[in-house]
Amino acid sequence: MKLGATWWFGIVAVVLLVLLPPIASFTQQEFYIGVATRVLAYAIAVSSLNLVLGHGGMLSLAQGSLLGAGAYTTAILTVEATKDVTFLPGATSAWITWPAAMLVGALLGLAIASISLRTRAIFFLMITLAFNQMLYYLFFSMKVYGGDDGLGMAARSDLLPGLALENDTVFFYVALALFAIFTFVQHRLVHSRFGRVLEGIRINEPRMQALGFDTYRYKLVCFAIGGAGSGLAGALLVNKNLFVSPGLLDWLQSGTLLVMTILGGVGQLWGGLLGAAAYLVIEELLSAYTQRWQIGLGVALIAVTLYAPRGLGALFVPRRP
Amino acid sequence: MLFLEQTLNALQLGLMLFLIAAGLTLVFGIMDLVNLAHGSFYMLGAYVAATVAAKSGSFAAAFLVALAAAAGVGMLVEWLLLRRVYGRGHLSQVLVTFALILIANETVRWIWGANPIDMGVPRSLAGSVALAPGLSYSEYRLAIIVAGLALAAALFWMVNCTRLGIWIRAGASNRDMARALGVDTSRLFTLVFGLGAALSAFAGAMLGPILSVQVGMGEAIIILAFVVVVIGGIGSVRGALLGSIVVAAVDTYGRAFLPSALGAFLPLDIATHLGPGLSQVSIFVLMAAILFFRPRGLMPATG
Amino acid sequence: MSPVLATTSLRKRFGGITATDDVSLDVAAHEVHALIGPNGAGKSTLIGQLAGTLRPDGGTILCNGLDVTHMPAHKRVAHGLARSYQITSTFRGLTVLDNLVLAVQATAGSSFRFWRPASAEASLYDRAREVAALVDLSAREDVLVDHLSHGEERQLEVGLALASRPRVLLLDEPMAGMGKEESARMLHLIERLRSSTTVLLVEHDMAAVFRLADRITVLVYGRVIASGKPDEIRRDREVREAYLGAAAS
Repeated sequence: MKLGATWWFGIVAVVLLVLLPPIASFTQQEFYIGVATRVLAYAIAVSSLNLVLGHGGMLSLAQGSLLGAGAYTTAILTVEATKDVTFLPGATSAWITWPAAMLVGALLGLAIASISLRTRAIFFLMITLAFNQMLYYLFFSMKVYGGDDGLGMAARSDLLPGLALENDTVFFYVALALFAIFTFVQHRLVHSRFGRVLEGIRINEPRMQALGFDTYRYKLVCFAIGGAGSGLAGALLVNKNLFVSPGLLDWLQSGTLLVMTILGGVGQLWGGLLGAAAYLVIEELLSAYTQRWQIGLGVALIAVTLYAPRGLGALFVPRRP
Repeated sequence: MLFLEQTLNALQLGLMLFLIAAGLTLVFGIMDLVNLAHGSFYMLGAYVAATVAAKSGSFAAAFLVALAAAAGVGMLVEWLLLRRVYGRGHLSQVLVTFALILIANETVRWIWGANPIDMGVPRSLAGSVALAPGLSYSEYRLAIIVAGLALAAALFWMVNCTRLGIWIRAGASNRDMARALGVDTSRLFTLVFGLGAALSAFAGAMLGPILSVQVGMGEAIIILAFVVVVIGGIGSVRGALLGSIVVAAVDTYGRAFLPSALGAFLPLDIATHLGPGLSQVSIFVLMAAILFFRPRGLMPATG
Repeated sequence: MSPVLATTSLRKRFGGITATDDVSLDVAAHEVHALIGPNGAGKSTLIGQLAGTLRPDGGTILCNGLDVTHMPAHKRVAHGLARSYQITSTFRGLTVLDNLVLAVQATAGSSFRFWRPASAEASLYDRAREVAALVDLSAREDVLVDHLSHGEERQLEVGLALASRPRVLLLDEPMAGMGKEESARMLHLIERLRSSTTVLLVEHDMAAVFRLADRITVLVYGRVIASGKPDEIRRDREVREAYLGAAAS
């Protein structure tokens, strides 16, 4: 149990975030509420990847497509609800479309992992990449849901009467609450029996099998949980932008999630938040300087990988001997 | 007739895919390096060739410069950067090569602009050839097939009949043993990486006139190359050839015939929309199926 | 009494080499059964097939009467089979106690539990401490595996296998790389195990083998050339020619 620095960081971060909207309104910088919402959505996605990679030890390039699939699920259900002649039963309530997004993410994750885990570790990465693209092409070819042009949502999901997500501040607090819950769940997961088994598999998988653990099943469940988290992030993002396009599922997005993960610190509890924030800050700062900011990002990424591979989150945790 | 034409198209795609995948699988097999940026050399080859061809009017010069540029950049990147991540595990390699993609794409955008550039077919090959009554096929596409076969043959000769080839096969099948037996692995790695880059660039330069030369063209084709490597087995040039033909066949025939096959029992507009998407998907389904029965691919280099 | 572990005509080939050639042996309850043979005789291959990490090409393996020949390794643990490795395979970065807790978890109910912290489960830790005591590591419970001596790590190696309360314990060269004092400790450890489990032991240390074993099976080029009580084996001419030679004491 990592008490001390990690807990303090969490408390400070949450307090700061809770205070963000009133401060932003006061200083007339409401724009940042939207930015912070985006950071929180990505933080959930990166935390999910952190679970899969940092705890499950699985290097995956499929999370982008799972996030996109979650976004599409929410958008499709919302669109179907407003049509006269429907192909699917639709819904506009967040209580239906958001869990649906998580379910789709989990099921797709289960499907992808069930095949990818049966092969050698080196293939795993490439297969997740291939599946990522498969989903991309699938949504790309679905002309009925926009295809290449993408799919728009008329309005944000209904949450509660009187609590309209249309209000950016309300939406921000909802995202913050979901992120906090997800982080807490992640914390319990990591320290539970399941988390211990994942850690054992990551350190020495053959020995775990010799001890009696069906390691395949544990990794499968871990990947599915990661898929659910990514799906939720997708639901939040499509609500924020009221739009989703197949581009969200391109494998470069999966790569970006991986970049955020390393920036935040692989396996660190707050790595998701730190990584998403760091990436978006770098993006904002560098793009203000030059249009060629991606070169700067690339160089920064190489530097971090070679010289600070434990990322930002590791600053709070003493080095594991 | 349509079938014959599609078969030639499949052969053309397959051979070009083979050139890209061969470099990828060798680098993976010998250096255990996951190189996401392999498609960037493909892109570099296309851009350099297009520019040199436009400026000089000579396609031969364009090709030579493109190959030299790719090999040069490749070996430089390997020597300066990639050797530092060999022992570091796949996560580091993925991150570093992903960074290279970002840098490469943005650099290309900087030099050539964000719009696709035009690369014309060389005038000497601009016509068509009548292969059979009713079937005329583009001369250039035939040239691609011929060049691809020649290069594939040269690659096989090198891997199977030269000393370099022996080192490559030894490195692919057992790296540590090869090193223990005195193979200069660091020079070998640099050479192999440069070779892979050059092959990729060649494919890019050849396909430039018929595909679109634009930023990101490498990322689209690299996925197919990865599928080829997974199907064919890591480190195996023969496997890469087999995998390339299979993937190209499924992709080409799928795009050509799936919509009409689907149209037999689905409304036509759905069939035409679903067709291309499904043929893409079918490649991945095929990959999954092959892996189910042969988890190491069809012809892995290691026993 | 029926044997707790028995193989019948077990066969395994690697390309052109027959590593296991028609091996039939049985291990009786509560005995210490030693498997000896020159290097390359196929002892580790045989252990691999018994543990489930290698698939036999032919023959059967029965564990307590149950056919486990094609059962995956992780399932065999639930049926009472456990193994330790010749090359130490523990969990680096964790303490001795955490290593043992992991091992205990495997047979102490489902580990698909996602909420309650494992550190709160006193029963897991109690059992882990028991096992640590069994292998003489009580004083080193909170030490990281990375800081253990070679001998201590070999003790943990056996401890990990013991955590599941196996009916048959496969020990692959437990004394590998040990000095005199450490070997003596391991020997006493194995002697104490006799009452709670059955041991199939692969070892090169002949003094230890003849001291510990109730029965010995000799493997040469993948085939069983002799099997019986230590005295019989010591006197067997084929064994002396093939293997013992000057090593016989």
